[in-house]
Amino acid sequence: MSIQGRRGIRVALPYLLPSLLGALLFAILPIIISLLLSVTNWSGMSRVRLTDGFLKFVAEHFVGLENSKAILSDGEFWRALSHNLYFIILYLPLMLALSMTAALIINAPNRGANVYRVVYYLPVLTSWVAGSLIWKWLLSPVYGPINNALAIIGIEGPLWLQSEVWAMPSIVLASIWKDMGFYAMILLGGLKSINTEYYEAARIDGASKPQMFARITLPLLSSVLFYVSMLSMINAFQLFPQVMVMTKEGNAGPNGATMVMVERIYKYAFRYGKMGYAAAYSWILFVIIMAFTYIQKRGERRWVNYDV
Amino acid sequence: MKTTRNILSLALFLILVLLPAFSAGTKEAAQGTVTLKLEQFSGSEATLSGEALRGMIAEFEKQNPTIKVELQTIGYDDYFTQLQSKVVGGNAADVFELNYENFVAYASEGALADVTGKLGDTSGFNKTALDAFNYQGVQYGVPNSFSNVVLFYNKALFDQANLAYPTSDWTWKDVEVASKKIMSLEKNIWGFYRPLSFHEFYKGAAQNGGSLMNAERTAFTVNLPQNIEAASLMAGWQNDSKIMPTDADMAGMGDWDLFKSGRLGMLVTGIWAFGDFTANCPFDWDIAIEPGNVQKATHFFSNSYVVSETSKHPAEAAKLAVFLAGSKEATKLRVEASWELPPVTYPEIIDSYLSITPPENREAVFASLDYLVTPPVSIQQAEMQAIIQSYLGQIVSGKMSAKAALDACQKELEAKISL
Repeated sequence: MSIQGRRGIRVALPYLLPSLLGALLFAILPIIISLLLSVTNWSGMSRVRLTDGFLKFVAEHFVGLENSKAILSDGEFWRALSHNLYFIILYLPLMLALSMTAALIINAPNRGANVYRVVYYLPVLTSWVAGSLIWKWLLSPVYGPINNALAIIGIEGPLWLQSEVWAMPSIVLASIWKDMGFYAMILLGGLKSINTEYYEAARIDGASKPQMFARITLPLLSSVLFYVSMLSMINAFQLFPQVMVMTKEGNAGPNGATMVMVERIYKYAFRYGKMGYAAAYSWILFVIIMAFTYIQKRGERRWVNYDV
Repeated sequence: MKTTRNILSLALFLILVLLPAFSAGTKEAAQGTVTLKLEQFSGSEATLSGEALRGMIAEFEKQNPTIKVELQTIGYDDYFTQLQSKVVGGNAADVFELNYENFVAYASEGALADVTGKLGDTSGFNKTALDAFNYQGVQYGVPNSFSNVVLFYNKALFDQANLAYPTSDWTWKDVEVASKKIMSLEKNIWGFYRPLSFHEFYKGAAQNGGSLMNAERTAFTVNLPQNIEAASLMAGWQNDSKIMPTDADMAGMGDWDLFKSGRLGMLVTGIWAFGDFTANCPFDWDIAIEPGNVQKATHFFSNSYVVSETSKHPAEAAKLAVFLAGSKEATKLRVEASWELPPVTYPEIIDSYLSITPPENREAVFASLDYLVTPPVSIQQAEMQAIIQSYLGQIVSGKMSAKAALDACQKELEAKISL
């Protein structure tokens, strides 16, 4: 390391220390502890002290890979995973299309751009609990405005969150409302970075708007689109607060229709007294997310274009 | 020079941020007073019961001037999540409330202090209720209340349909016949409400001569023929005879609201509805012992006070627990607030409970105690309930027959729940 680099660290360290300390205490340490807990049968209800012999505690409760084996051989796990995948299949394309549209609207040279920006971004700033409660009301079968609006045009609205078929699409709807603004802002950043000369050249060549979008905007935005799709997929696997607030908690939705991975982890950790099992569950989720991210990353070469 | 200044300012920052974390213990023990923390889910702030609870605490502090009580009430939905984190972190309140279903799990994990011999005279307690909080021969808590479930009925609807009121001889068959007559009065009126939930099912199984566990509680017996018949009859109230509204019919309305709106003939629910129904039913209503099928069976719900194993003042904590749970002063306040049943046998308390109306037939509350069935209890209570509940949902939705669902349920319980 160069002298400057070493001095740089010495200067930077005091400034970084508070956040490093935070990361160590509240992220890295818990990650290590959860890895250790994942091979134990600790209930999460008896006392445990980190100070007097945590490793001895782990050894006393050691069950090896029993937790992971039990999880993977349980039909419930595959059901929860399939619900996560179903959510992603509905959510991802719709979210990409809508946030792209929102980004294009904000980027277009019109007077209301700032208003749109605020409108699209407000849900992002709302807390999930507040947002979920609003959606619960919107989707209420009898009193909710959505079904009342549908009734005006002669459609009898579904039971939404109380229906086995519609519970997950309802969650998707609320999630898109909440996340769209965030991803639209990232895409907007990508749009702003495209050199306008390309469009001028295309216009001179007589290209139509759809042609410009398909041939210029999309390829040059592909790296941002890739980033957005990866990020939103990782987040989608961790689907949790909206499910907990919007659908019946005790049953994981109507007949278990919204039973998802993190919801299971929460239940095992804090309701069923199986903290070790829950820790193993979260490590399995971690592996799944990593695998999907890797696959996406492999696919990156096929369609992502970095030659801006 | 600059670096030194940086380090100094960082140190100052850390001291300011971290110092309060270490200073929590300093206010303890001023002039020999003991402060006890009390946490509970029943008796929420805004209700009559909350007022009664504050009255009980004031009375306790008056009688024990050296003890101060800090009360925290947490809603039932969040209570157990919070409790778990506190117990694990060693910060549980000195005295906290547990329901019967969760008691075993905490007792078996060693989170509770043995209160045997610290309770003073317990002869005034109802014995069934007191024994419920004895785990493997050790008394870990005192019951603070118990309650049961009865049949509520709308007298006005019965009168309109020219029906005799339900009696203690009624069975499921009578309920069905009466429901159909009530439903013929008008569209959008329903006869009966009693969902196929975990709690209703274990009681329904008993009412049909079955049970979910063997008598020794060493094995599950969920797929007994009597249980299968009970489940299919109970699901039939929604799916075959249609005397009970489905979720779609209810469209988000709760069962209590449906009853209060005057559109439900009979409702099986807990006696903790007395206060709400007295205040909010614009019609006459009364109660009866819940009808069974081949025999009677009624619910038993009980909450208790337990003392945390980590409490620094276990003797004082036990004193508080037993005072709030069973003293004449406290139970009197409890009765006046219609806050469930006090777990005591003092005649004057019981008489004053009986004298409050509605319901006219308040004796049914005590008569129901003759048919108590306790729920199946396991250390993995919540998980066991969730498994049973999920299969009951399959039966109600018609996705599985009662037999197929309960066979599968039995298998899953045997694999996952240790007894």
